[in-house]
Amino acid sequence: MTVSKPTRGWRRMALALGIAAPVAAFAPPALAEVSAESQYIFNTFSFLIHGVLVMFMAAGFAMLESGLVRKKNTAAICLKNIALYSLAGLMFYLIGYTIMYPGDGGWIVNGIFGNLDLFYDPSAAETALIAAGDKATPEQLKAVVDSGYSVPSDWFFQMVFVATAASIVSGTVAERIKIWPFLIFVVVLTAIIYPIQASWVWGGGWLDAMGFSDFAGSTLVHSTGGWAALAGAILLGSRKGKYTADGKVTPMPGANLPLATLGTFILWFGWFGFNGGSQLALGSAADAAAMSIVYVNTNVAAAAGVVIAMLVTQMRYGKIDLTMALNGAIGGLVAITAGPDVDAHWKAIVVGGIGGGLVVFAVPMFDKFRIDDVVGALSAHLVAGIWGTLAVGIFGGGSFFTQLIGAVAIGIFVFVASFIVWYILKATVGIRADEESEMNGLDIAEVGMEAYPEFGQAS
Amino acid sequence: MKFIVAIVKPSKLDAVREALQGMGVAGMTVTEVRGFGRQGGHKEIYRGAEYEVHFVPKIRIEIAVGADIADRAIEAIRDSAGDGRIGDGKVFVLDLEQAVRIRTGEASAGAL
Ligand SMILES: Nc1ncnc2c1ncn2[C@@H]1O[C@H](COP(=O)(O)OP(=O)(O)O)[C@@H](O)[C@H]1O
Repeated sequence: MTVSKPTRGWRRMALALGIAAPVAAFAPPALAEVSAESQYIFNTFSFLIHGVLVMFMAAGFAMLESGLVRKKNTAAICLKNIALYSLAGLMFYLIGYTIMYPGDGGWIVNGIFGNLDLFYDPSAAETALIAAGDKATPEQLKAVVDSGYSVPSDWFFQMVFVATAASIVSGTVAERIKIWPFLIFVVVLTAIIYPIQASWVWGGGWLDAMGFSDFAGSTLVHSTGGWAALAGAILLGSRKGKYTADGKVTPMPGANLPLATLGTFILWFGWFGFNGGSQLALGSAADAAAMSIVYVNTNVAAAAGVVIAMLVTQMRYGKIDLTMALNGAIGGLVAITAGPDVDAHWKAIVVGGIGGGLVVFAVPMFDKFRIDDVVGALSAHLVAGIWGTLAVGIFGGGSFFTQLIGAVAIGIFVFVASFIVWYILKATVGIRADEESEMNGLDIAEVGMEAYPEFGQAS
Repeated sequence: MKFIVAIVKPSKLDAVREALQGMGVAGMTVTEVRGFGRQGGHKEIYRGAEYEVHFVPKIRIEIAVGADIADRAIEAIRDSAGDGRIGDGKVFVLDLEQAVRIRTGEASAGAL
């Protein structure tokens, strides 16, 4: 398998700069050329540092969800978050990566299903170079440097995105799902479902060929997580007592809003890695400039999401709902993720603001359908993700129709595949905690410990 | 001996403690509690759905005192905890049969 696979962004960048090579080189004649080795170093640095930022989003999800569940389910949600992050990383290594990036000619079904190269080692060329030490030939060094970036750094950057998709599911199905069946779903999602749909775009598959554009994954990561969560929430049913017989909603307020706020700030922080790093290169002035624009757009979109969510809740409910303001930030971030390279900052504000506003309307809408989403992940990730994907077509980043096809195709695939997996789990091992466990809290029933055990012995 | 249970507003705890200590009450136990009385609850909104909070936060104060100072203690609580508004709280007074200091085994008034 070759390492010079089409990675997301390379293609866009190469097109924008009018060059065909996989490594972008921005070299106005008057300036000295950046050496290939320097590019390799900067590109690799970008993957690593931005990958670490995205990794930290796992902490953001853990805190946001811990804050929005009730006290008795806190340890369970913390466990789910660290478990899903770990499983996602292993599954992506085991199977996912080569399904997602089969490389040219590596497809099992061209453009639709990638490669099944189990235990694919992304570091082979690098390891060989290091092992050769002084005896490394110039050809050997050139082969590594010519890929433009360290392949394991790219592997790492792609892996943390998979974990994000799985995190989204966790929040929606919280407070009533059994932990092991949830984790089995995470395994299938991260090993198979996510990599297949991602290969269609970032792996150079059929949607990429159509011109579908999703810079950092409004659809590929966020809507995908959202669709998987929606299928789970439907089959799982709502928490006991959430909806009354006469159609009223019984709120189950989150236990710790400071934690939810911290979690949102961490997600916002990590998102600079998510979107900024998705420029995929930092080896030229053009890339550095483009990446900076992405940072600014990401920030203004999130800010607009918060402000619009605040204004809308004030107008609708007469009070400013903090949890909605937090969801508004996520809605704004998710919305801009498909096109953070948009060519004017005011457009990013519009995209993010609408994303934040949509969340406030989507939360009661899902409640109307009795789909119980504990943390608002369906509204913030699925709804805002669809909006952001379409917004690329509205604000000049591609064809609206193609964006629509991509959002719908991936939506159908992920929803149906997830529904089948959830359904099989439901019919075999069962996915729902029994009533008593739900009443007493999953901390005691599933984890066997409490998150805040200060009373009695423990103090 | 009398056992006095007072339910007061959380913001009044310090004033009540000061008043009681000032008049010679030697100890007290407090707990955060919730309750309703005539004040009732209030409405809150969470993620678009309105709901009633039936219990409002209060502080429950327990003191054991000699019968001789019980009336003055009640006065002190009223003076320090009262705003003259609904929700100020209540004082319940019970006869206290026995008290023991765990460290020394002293009983009755000597234990207070
Ligand atoms: N009958 C009662 N038994 C126990 N606690 C009571 C009783 N009535 C009131 N309380 C406590 O006293 C608090 C204040 O009572 P409330 O009726 O609201 O105000 P007020 O006493 O000023 O009329 C209540 O929140 C509750 O904790």
